[in-house]
Amino acid sequence: MTVDNETHAFIELRNVSKHFGDFVAVDSVNLRIEKGELFSILGGSGCGKTTLLRMLAGFEEPTSGRIFLDGVDITDQPPYERPVNMMFQSYAIFPHMTVEKNIAYGLHKDRLPKDEIEDRVGNMLKLVKMESLAKRKPDQLSGGQRQRVALARSLVKNPKVLLLDEPLAALDKKLREHTQFELMNIQDKLGITFVVVTHDQEEAMILSTRIAVMEKGRFEQIGKPKVVYEYPENRFVADFIGTINTFDGVVQDAQSGRVIIASDESGASLYALSDSPPAKGSAVCVAVRPEKIYISQNRPDNSEDVCLPGVIEDLGYFGNISLYRVRLETGKIVLVSAQNRQRTIDRTLEWDDEIFISWRPRSTVILAE
Amino acid sequence: MSEQINKQLSEAWQRFILALPYTWLLIFFLAPFAIILKISVADPILAQPPFTPSFGDAGELQISADNYVFLLTDKLYAITYLKSVMMAAIATLFCLAIGFPIAYGIARSTPGTRNILLLLIVLPFWISFLLRVYAWMGLLNNYGVINNFLMWLGVIEQPIPMMYTDFAIYIGLVYSYLPFMILPLYATLERMNLDLVEAAQDLGATPAQAFWNITWPLARPGVIAGSLLVFIPATGEYVIPYLLGGPDSLLIGRVLFDEFFINRDWPLASSVAVVLLVLVVVPIVILQRNQARDAEQAT
Repeated sequence: MTVDNETHAFIELRNVSKHFGDFVAVDSVNLRIEKGELFSILGGSGCGKTTLLRMLAGFEEPTSGRIFLDGVDITDQPPYERPVNMMFQSYAIFPHMTVEKNIAYGLHKDRLPKDEIEDRVGNMLKLVKMESLAKRKPDQLSGGQRQRVALARSLVKNPKVLLLDEPLAALDKKLREHTQFELMNIQDKLGITFVVVTHDQEEAMILSTRIAVMEKGRFEQIGKPKVVYEYPENRFVADFIGTINTFDGVVQDAQSGRVIIASDESGASLYALSDSPPAKGSAVCVAVRPEKIYISQNRPDNSEDVCLPGVIEDLGYFGNISLYRVRLETGKIVLVSAQNRQRTIDRTLEWDDEIFISWRPRSTVILAE
Repeated sequence: MSEQINKQLSEAWQRFILALPYTWLLIFFLAPFAIILKISVADPILAQPPFTPSFGDAGELQISADNYVFLLTDKLYAITYLKSVMMAAIATLFCLAIGFPIAYGIARSTPGTRNILLLLIVLPFWISFLLRVYAWMGLLNNYGVINNFLMWLGVIEQPIPMMYTDFAIYIGLVYSYLPFMILPLYATLERMNLDLVEAAQDLGATPAQAFWNITWPLARPGVIAGSLLVFIPATGEYVIPYLLGGPDSLLIGRVLFDEFFINRDWPLASSVAVVLLVLVVVPIVILQRNQARDAEQAT
C-alpha cells in the first residue's frame, strides 16, 4: 500500500480526547508524526502524556477522536493486534522467564518457525549486547541490563512504531547519558519510528527530532528541539524548557521589525525583533535565556542592545559555566550564565559588584500569553 | 574483644530463635505423633489404657503390624480413604475455581474497597465454625430456606433432598475453606505488576493467553499454598460430613472418630490416623520438592 505523505502522516491523531470521569486527561489533541521520527512528548506528571501513549498502544480507548497508523484507522484495534510495541517504564520483564524467553515471547505469539525465532532473538541480543546473559533470569540483572532486555523485547517484532514510556528514568545519571546515545543509534540503525514520553526536558532535547510540549491534556508547542528552546511560543513552554527570564511590559513602538517594550520590571526599555510585531500599546511578556545575556563591569557602547544596570547578588561556579543572580535597580532578579573560557583562579566578578547586563534584541523572545 | 563477644551472643540468640519453632514442633507435633505411632502397633485390650504396652513383662518387644495389615486388606477402609481424598480434591478444585476470580478482583480493586472486601472474606471467622455449619443445615433442609423459597416460587413442587448428601458435604467444605484459598491467592496476585499483563498483550497475546502465560504461572505459589490449606484439613474433616452428610457418606474423619470413641479400638484408630497423615504428607513433600527444583532451575 502506498501512502501519500501529503495527506497522511505516518501516525495521525485526530481530535483525540480521553476523559476519566470528570477529569480530562487528553483534550482534543491533533498530532502528526512522520515515519522514522524520534518524537518526544514532554510534560510534567499528570499532563496526559502517558495516557496519550497508552492510547497509541491500545490500552486506553479514546473517549472521542481517531488514531491512524500508516493510513489505517487503529482506534478500535486491541493492543495485541496493533503493529506497535511498547517499552514500559517499569520494563515489565516477565520474572519467570529467562532473558531469551522474554525476548522470544512476542515471536512465539506470532507462531513463527523455531529457526526464525532463534535467529531474530540472537540478533536482538547482539544489538543490545546481552548475548552472554541470554540464559539469565531477570532478578539476576542490573537496572541497565533490564532496560536492554525490555528494549530488545519490544523491538524484536519489528513494530511500525516503538512507544517508550520514560525509557531512561530508572537509570542513574552516567548510564542515562550513555543509553541516550545508544537509543539514538539503534533507532537510526533500524529506522523504526520512536515515540518517547518523558518528563526530562534534557532527555527530550538530546533524543528527539521533534518535541511536543504537553500541559493539561493539550499541546503547548510542537517543534524541533532547537525551535522549542529558542522560539518558545508561550510562557509555559519557555518556563518548562530550560531556564528563562521573563519581563511583563507594554509595546511602546514597533517599526520595521524592531519592537520597543516598556517594562516596569526591567526599569529600562527592552528591544526585540519581530516579523509580526504585536500592536502598539498591547501588553506582552518578553523573555531572554540566561546564556544569551552578557555581563560586564562597564556599560557596553552598543546602543542597539538591551542594557540594564544591576548588582551581583549571588554567584555559583559550576566548572564549565558560572551562574549569576543579578538584582536590577527595580529589585527584579535576572539569571545570567557565562562560559568560563579562561582558567582563572581569581574571579573578576564578585558578590555585590555593580555590573551591566546586556543582550542583543534578536535574543529577546516575545511570548504569547 | 567485646565485638567478638557481641557476635557470639548474637549467634546464640539466633540459635535460640531458630530453636523455638523446632521445640514447638517437637512438643506439640512430633511427640504426640510418636505416641500415636506407638499405639498403632499395639493390640487393643480391655483395660486402662485400652492397648497393650510396647514391652512385655520380661522386657520383650511386643508390637505388631496387624492393624496396618487389617487396614490394607479391608476394602472398606481403602474405599473410605479414596473417597475422603477425592472429595477433598474436588472441594479444593471448586475453592480454586471460585476463589481465584474473587482474589483477582480484590487484588485489582482500589485500596479502600480492597480493605472492605478482605474484611468481608474474614468476617465469617467471627462466628463459630460449628454454628455456620448448623446454619447450612437450616438452609439445605427439605423444609429449609432454599427449598421453601423454590417451592414458593413454584419452580418445584416437592422439596429437593439436599441435606445428608455428598452435595451438602461439598457445599460445607467449599464454603468453610474458601477463605483459606482466597487469602494466599490474594497475597500473590496483589504483588503482581499489572504492567506484565499489558506487556504480554502488547507483544501479541490475547487476554486469555496473557492470563495463562503470565498471571497463572506467577500466581502458582498462591495456588499451591491455598490448595494445601484447603486439601489437608478437608481430607480429615469430621464435623462437616457428620452434620451435613448422610449415613452412607462414610469419610475417614468419621471412621477415625468411630474407632476411637465407639469401638474404643485405640490401636486401629491410631493406625488410621497414621495412614491418613502419610496420604496427606506425601503429596506435600512431592510438591515441595518440585518447587525446590524449580527454584534451583531459576538460578
